[in-house]
Amino acid sequence: MGWPRSAQAEIIAIDTAVTGIAKRGYWHSIFRRYGVAGDANRQFLVADDAGTVVGFVIGEVRDWEFGSPPCGWVFAIDVDPRARQKGVGTQLLTAVRERFERVGVRTLRTMLSRDNPLILSFFRSQGMTAGHLIPLELEIGPGGLMP
Amino acid sequence: MKLQKNSLLALYGVLEFAARPGELVPASEVAEKYGESAHHLAKVLSELAHAGIVESVRGVGGGYRFTANARRLTLLDVIRLFEGLDATPPATSESATAVDRALGQVLAEIDQTTIATFGSITVATMLKWVERAAAGEPEPGARFRAVR
Repeated sequence: MGWPRSAQAEIIAIDTAVTGIAKRGYWHSIFRRYGVAGDANRQFLVADDAGTVVGFVIGEVRDWEFGSPPCGWVFAIDVDPRARQKGVGTQLLTAVRERFERVGVRTLRTMLSRDNPLILSFFRSQGMTAGHLIPLELEIGPGGLMP
Repeated sequence: MKLQKNSLLALYGVLEFAARPGELVPASEVAEKYGESAHHLAKVLSELAHAGIVESVRGVGGGYRFTANARRLTLLDVIRLFEGLDATPPATSESATAVDRALGQVLAEIDQTTIATFGSITVATMLKWVERAAAGEPEPGARFRAVR
Protein backbone atom coordinates (compact mmCIF):
# COMPACT_ATOMS: atom_id res chain seq x y z
CA MET A 1 0.00 0.00 0.00
CA GLY A 2 1.39 3.44 -0.89
CA TRP A 3 1.25 6.77 0.86
CA PRO A 4 -2.19 8.42 1.17
CA ARG A 5 -2.60 11.33 -1.26
CA SER A 6 -2.75 13.81 1.61
CA ALA A 7 0.65 12.65 2.89
CA GLN A 8 2.07 12.82 -0.63
CA ALA A 9 0.90 16.41 -0.92
CA GLU A 10 2.50 17.27 2.43
CA ILE A 11 5.80 15.66 1.39
CA ILE A 12 5.83 17.57 -1.90
CA ALA A 13 4.99 20.79 -0.05
CA ILE A 14 7.92 20.33 2.35
CA ASP A 15 10.32 19.66 -0.51
CA THR A 16 9.03 22.66 -2.43
CA ALA A 17 9.41 24.87 0.65
CA VAL A 18 12.96 23.64 1.26
CA THR A 19 14.29 23.57 -2.31
CA GLY A 20 12.12 26.25 -3.89
CA ILE A 21 11.45 23.93 -6.82
CA ALA A 22 8.15 22.09 -7.33
CA LYS A 23 8.82 18.73 -8.97
CA ARG A 24 5.57 16.79 -8.94
CA GLY A 25 6.58 14.35 -11.69
CA TYR A 26 9.74 13.41 -9.84
CA TRP A 27 7.85 12.89 -6.62
CA HIS A 28 5.20 10.67 -8.17
CA SER A 29 7.91 8.40 -9.57
CA ILE A 30 9.54 8.34 -6.11
CA PHE A 31 6.22 7.44 -4.47
CA ARG A 32 5.79 4.57 -6.93
CA ARG A 33 9.33 3.30 -6.38
CA TYR A 34 9.79 3.82 -2.65
CA GLY A 35 6.40 4.52 -1.16
CA VAL A 36 5.41 0.89 -0.95
CA ALA A 37 5.75 -1.09 2.26
CA GLY A 38 7.39 -4.51 2.36
CA ASP A 39 10.82 -4.03 0.83
CA ALA A 40 13.35 -3.66 3.63
CA ASN A 41 15.97 -2.45 1.18
CA ARG A 42 13.91 0.59 0.26
CA GLN A 43 12.93 2.97 3.01
CA PHE A 44 10.65 5.97 2.76
CA LEU A 45 9.85 7.19 6.26
CA VAL A 46 7.94 10.25 7.37
CA ALA A 47 7.96 12.08 10.67
CA ASP A 48 4.40 12.56 11.84
CA ASP A 49 3.47 15.21 14.38
CA ALA A 50 -0.18 14.83 15.44
CA GLY A 51 -1.24 13.76 11.96
CA THR A 52 0.89 16.26 10.08
CA VAL A 53 3.95 15.26 8.06
CA VAL A 54 6.86 17.37 9.31
CA GLY A 55 9.72 15.58 7.60
CA PHE A 56 10.78 12.59 5.58
CA VAL A 57 13.78 10.49 4.67
CA ILE A 58 14.30 8.23 1.69
CA GLY A 59 17.02 5.62 1.41
CA GLU A 60 17.92 2.45 -0.36
CA VAL A 61 20.36 -0.39 0.10
CA ARG A 62 22.54 -0.68 -2.99
CA ASP A 63 24.83 -3.63 -3.59
CA TRP A 64 28.28 -3.51 -5.13
CA GLU A 65 27.90 -0.21 -6.86
CA PHE A 66 31.19 1.65 -7.21
CA GLY A 67 32.88 -1.54 -6.02
CA SER A 68 31.32 -1.08 -2.60
CA PRO A 69 29.78 -3.82 -0.44
CA PRO A 70 26.07 -3.31 0.29
CA CYS A 71 25.52 0.10 1.81
CA GLY A 72 22.55 2.24 2.77
CA TRP A 73 22.22 5.38 0.70
CA VAL A 74 20.28 8.27 2.15
CA PHE A 75 19.36 10.29 -0.88
CA ALA A 76 16.72 12.63 0.50
CA ILE A 77 16.01 14.04 3.94
CA ASP A 78 13.93 17.13 4.55
CA VAL A 79 12.31 18.70 7.57
CA ASP A 80 9.56 21.30 7.41
CA PRO A 81 11.31 24.60 8.19
CA ARG A 82 8.67 25.27 10.87
CA ALA A 83 9.56 22.02 12.65
CA ARG A 84 13.34 22.42 12.76
CA GLN A 85 15.58 22.50 15.81
CA LYS A 86 13.42 19.83 17.47
CA GLY A 87 15.45 16.77 16.58
CA VAL A 88 13.17 15.63 13.74
CA GLY A 89 16.07 15.15 11.31
CA THR A 90 18.02 13.18 13.90
CA GLN A 91 15.04 10.90 14.53
CA LEU A 92 14.55 10.33 10.81
CA LEU A 93 18.19 9.49 10.20
CA THR A 94 18.26 7.20 13.23
CA ALA A 95 15.13 5.40 12.03
CA VAL A 96 16.48 4.74 8.55
CA ARG A 97 19.85 3.74 9.96
CA GLU A 98 18.23 1.18 12.28
CA ARG A 99 16.28 -0.31 9.39
CA PHE A 100 19.42 -0.64 7.31
CA GLU A 101 21.25 -2.23 10.23
CA ARG A 102 18.49 -4.82 10.49
CA VAL A 103 19.21 -5.99 6.96
CA GLY A 104 22.93 -6.24 7.67
CA VAL A 105 24.13 -2.95 6.24
CA ARG A 106 27.21 -1.53 7.94
CA THR A 107 27.80 1.64 5.97
CA LEU A 108 25.51 4.62 5.70
CA ARG A 109 26.27 6.94 2.83
CA THR A 110 24.96 10.14 1.34
CA MET A 111 26.10 12.78 -1.10
CA LEU A 112 25.33 16.48 -1.17
CA SER A 113 26.55 19.78 -2.46
CA ARG A 114 29.50 21.31 -0.68
CA ASP A 115 27.66 24.60 -1.13
CA ASN A 116 25.04 23.47 1.37
CA PRO A 117 26.76 23.93 4.74
CA LEU A 118 23.55 23.63 6.75
CA ILE A 119 22.70 20.11 5.66
CA LEU A 120 26.39 19.16 5.57
CA SER A 121 26.62 20.28 9.20
CA PHE A 122 23.57 18.19 10.03
CA PHE A 123 25.12 14.99 8.66
CA ARG A 124 28.40 15.83 10.38
CA SER A 125 26.57 16.29 13.68
CA GLN A 126 25.23 12.76 13.23
CA GLY A 127 28.77 11.40 13.10
CA MET A 128 29.17 11.15 9.35
CA THR A 129 32.60 11.86 7.92
CA ALA A 130 34.14 12.00 4.46
CA GLY A 131 34.08 8.49 3.04
CA HIS A 132 36.58 6.66 0.91
CA LEU A 133 34.65 7.31 -2.32
CA ILE A 134 35.41 10.53 -4.16
CA PRO A 135 32.67 11.88 -6.41
CA LEU A 136 33.90 13.08 -9.79
CA GLU A 137 31.98 14.79 -12.54
CA LEU A 138 32.49 16.18 -16.01
CA GLU A 139 30.56 18.92 -17.75
CA ILE A 140 29.45 17.46 -21.05
CA GLY A 141 27.56 18.71 -24.08
CA PRO A 142 28.19 21.99 -25.91
CA GLY A 143 30.71 24.04 -23.96
CA GLY A 144 31.63 21.07 -21.81
CA LEU A 145 35.20 20.59 -20.68
CA MET A 146 36.99 18.08 -22.89
CA PRO A 147 40.10 16.39 -21.63
CA MET B 1 47.43 20.48 5.63
CA LYS B 2 48.55 22.40 8.68
CA LEU B 3 46.72 25.20 10.39
CA GLN B 4 48.55 28.37 11.28
CA LYS B 5 49.41 28.85 14.92
CA ASN B 6 46.80 31.54 15.51
CA SER B 7 44.02 29.40 14.07
CA LEU B 8 45.06 26.50 16.23
CA LEU B 9 45.16 28.65 19.37
CA ALA B 10 41.74 30.07 18.51
CA LEU B 11 40.29 26.59 18.14
CA TYR B 12 41.81 25.51 21.46
CA GLY B 13 40.20 28.49 23.13
CA VAL B 14 36.82 28.15 21.44
CA LEU B 15 36.55 24.44 22.18
CA GLU B 16 37.61 24.83 25.79
CA PHE B 17 35.17 27.67 26.44
CA ALA B 18 32.32 26.05 24.51
CA ALA B 19 32.76 22.84 26.47
CA ARG B 20 32.00 24.79 29.65
CA PRO B 21 29.08 27.02 28.66
CA GLY B 22 28.41 29.96 30.95
CA GLU B 23 31.61 29.38 32.87
CA LEU B 24 34.44 31.90 33.01
CA VAL B 25 37.65 30.13 32.05
CA PRO B 26 41.01 31.84 32.63
CA ALA B 27 43.15 32.10 29.49
CA SER B 28 46.13 30.93 31.54
CA GLU B 29 44.37 27.62 32.13
CA VAL B 30 43.98 27.05 28.39
CA ALA B 31 47.55 28.14 27.67
CA GLU B 32 48.87 25.75 30.30
CA LYS B 33 46.77 22.82 29.09
CA TYR B 34 48.11 23.12 25.55
CA GLY B 35 51.63 24.21 26.49
CA GLU B 36 51.25 27.50 24.61
CA SER B 37 52.31 31.06 25.38
CA ALA B 38 49.66 32.86 27.46
CA HIS B 39 50.66 36.14 25.83
CA HIS B 40 50.14 34.77 22.31
CA LEU B 41 46.85 33.15 23.32
CA ALA B 42 45.62 36.44 24.81
CA LYS B 43 46.11 38.20 21.46
CA VAL B 44 44.14 35.50 19.67
CA LEU B 45 41.37 35.57 22.26
CA SER B 46 41.05 39.29 21.87
CA GLU B 47 40.32 38.71 18.15
CA LEU B 48 37.69 36.14 19.10
CA ALA B 49 36.14 38.61 21.52
CA HIS B 50 36.13 41.28 18.81
CA ALA B 51 34.27 38.82 16.55
CA GLY B 52 31.68 38.16 19.28
CA ILE B 53 32.61 34.53 19.71
CA VAL B 54 33.80 34.91 23.30
CA GLU B 55 33.57 37.62 25.91
CA SER B 56 36.14 38.49 28.49
CA VAL B 57 35.48 39.44 32.09
CA ARG B 58 38.33 41.17 33.88
CA GLY B 59 39.24 40.98 37.53
CA VAL B 60 39.38 38.31 40.18
CA GLY B 61 37.51 35.22 39.02
CA GLY B 62 37.48 36.61 35.50
CA GLY B 63 38.23 34.84 32.29
CA TYR B 64 36.60 34.06 28.98
CA ARG B 65 33.12 32.81 28.25
CA PHE B 66 31.78 31.32 25.00
CA THR B 67 29.03 33.53 23.59
CA ALA B 68 28.38 32.15 20.10
CA ASN B 69 25.91 29.45 19.04
CA ALA B 70 27.87 26.19 19.17
CA ARG B 71 25.43 24.54 16.79
CA ARG B 72 25.96 27.19 14.16
CA LEU B 73 29.56 28.36 14.56
CA THR B 74 31.81 26.28 12.30
CA LEU B 75 35.54 25.64 12.37
CA LEU B 76 35.72 27.68 9.17
CA ASP B 77 34.16 30.70 10.90
CA VAL B 78 36.95 30.61 13.47
CA ILE B 79 39.84 29.79 11.14
CA ARG B 80 38.88 32.49 8.65
CA LEU B 81 39.46 35.13 11.30
CA PHE B 82 43.14 34.24 11.23
CA GLU B 83 43.99 32.88 7.81
CA GLY B 84 42.67 32.98 4.29
CA LEU B 85 41.33 29.70 3.07
CA ASP B 86 39.67 30.99 -0.05
CA ALA B 87 39.97 28.71 -3.00
CA THR B 88 43.14 29.35 -4.98
CA PRO B 89 42.19 31.36 -8.05
CA PRO B 90 43.29 29.76 -11.30
CA ALA B 91 46.60 31.17 -12.48
CA THR B 92 45.41 33.72 -15.00
CA SER B 93 48.26 36.21 -15.21
CA GLU B 94 49.93 36.56 -18.58
CA SER B 95 53.13 34.96 -17.31
CA ALA B 96 51.27 31.87 -16.10
CA THR B 97 52.22 28.80 -18.07
CA ALA B 98 49.82 26.03 -19.02
CA VAL B 99 51.31 24.01 -16.17
CA ASP B 100 50.64 26.86 -13.74
CA ARG B 101 47.04 27.02 -14.87
CA ALA B 102 46.57 23.26 -14.66
CA LEU B 103 48.17 23.18 -11.21
CA GLY B 104 45.92 26.05 -10.19
CA GLN B 105 42.93 23.89 -11.02
CA VAL B 106 44.23 21.05 -8.84
CA LEU B 107 44.97 23.37 -5.92
CA ALA B 108 41.56 25.03 -6.24
CA GLU B 109 39.92 21.60 -6.05
CA ILE B 110 41.83 20.83 -2.85
CA ASP B 111 40.99 24.24 -1.37
CA GLN B 112 37.29 23.82 -2.10
CA THR B 113 37.24 20.49 -0.29
CA THR B 114 39.12 21.99 2.65
CA ILE B 115 36.66 24.86 2.91
CA ALA B 116 33.66 22.53 2.68
CA THR B 117 35.11 20.32 5.41
CA PHE B 118 35.85 23.13 7.86
CA GLY B 119 32.57 24.80 6.97
CA SER B 120 30.51 21.72 7.77
CA ILE B 121 31.88 20.95 11.22
CA THR B 122 30.29 23.00 13.95
CA VAL B 123 31.75 23.58 17.39
CA ALA B 124 28.99 21.36 18.83
CA THR B 125 29.96 18.51 16.50
CA MET B 126 33.63 19.02 17.26
CA LEU B 127 32.92 18.80 20.99
CA LYS B 128 31.31 15.39 20.41
CA TRP B 129 34.44 14.24 18.57
CA VAL B 130 36.59 15.54 21.41
CA GLU B 131 34.48 13.60 23.92
CA ARG B 132 34.84 10.43 21.91
CA ALA B 133 38.58 10.93 21.55
CA ALA B 134 38.87 11.51 25.30
CA ALA B 135 36.94 8.32 25.99
CA GLY B 136 39.10 6.38 23.55
CA GLU B 137 36.07 5.60 21.40
CA PRO B 138 36.34 4.96 17.66
CA GLU B 139 36.38 7.92 15.32
CA PRO B 140 32.99 9.11 14.10
CA GLY B 141 31.82 6.98 11.24
CA ALA B 142 34.06 4.09 12.17
CA ARG B 143 31.10 1.97 13.14
CA PHE B 144 29.77 2.23 9.61
CA ARG B 145 33.02 1.60 7.81
CA ALA B 146 32.72 -0.70 4.81
CA VAL B 147 33.77 -4.30 5.24
CA ARG B 148 36.74 -4.82 2.95
